[in-house]
Amino acid sequence: MASGVKPRVKVPKSASAGDVITIKTLISHPMESGQRKDSSGNTIQRSIIWRFTCDFNDQNVIDVVLAPAISTNPYFEFEAQVPESGEFKFTWYDDDGDVYDTSKKISV
Amino acid sequence: MTLLPAHAFAQAAADAEMVGTPDEFLAGASASEGGLDLTAPEIAENGNTVPISVDAPGAVEVRVYALGNPTPGVATFRFGPLSGAQFASTRIRLAGTQDVQAIAKMADGSYVTAMKTVKVTIGGCGG
Repeated sequence: MASGVKPRVKVPKSASAGDVITIKTLISHPMESGQRKDSSGNTIQRSIIWRFTCDFNDQNVIDVVLAPAISTNPYFEFEAQVPESGEFKFTWYDDDGDVYDTSKKISV
Repeated sequence: MTLLPAHAFAQAAADAEMVGTPDEFLAGASASEGGLDLTAPEIAENGNTVPISVDAPGAVEVRVYALGNPTPGVATFRFGPLSGAQFASTRIRLAGTQDVQAIAKMADGSYVTAMKTVKVTIGGCGG
């Protein structure tokens, strides 16, 4: 189980219509790769976030599939078009079935 | 019918969407060079967190592979209708000095690839 998972996103508060903005996201998560062993030699079970999506007003911006090779506290930076005022929705999907989400409003 | 714990469903979904290997992604097609920028450091002191970015104008999907890791798949980026540019940046784990490869699938179905060698001082897989 992942505990203390906290998503953080950085989105500008406003933009002009049609602007391309840069979005940065970070979520605290151990991203246990399933490759490591504990002190008694047992493999530590894999526990990662395997998918991340960003949507704006229900239209997709980016959809990422994550493998265990993504670092602890997965960080993403990408660019999005802003055609109108609305809300960015960020969603992370955990191996254990948990879904973490957060959203940010932007005005044009 | 047996009931599976919730995490088994997520795991199955994750496996179905796996990044896989370059050969699986290309499925026999060949990838040309150019049109895809892969940025990675020449030397990474800490293999646990190596910053990389991909920039592939016109791509619909970009996959990143670390060819020397226990499993080569790193990430799949799919760009939606509102992506501002086919650009993404993240941080990855590298087990040791190795080649990092990115393959982009273009809107017309063709593939382009780029490769970078990264020297890693301390490996990132907890050996």
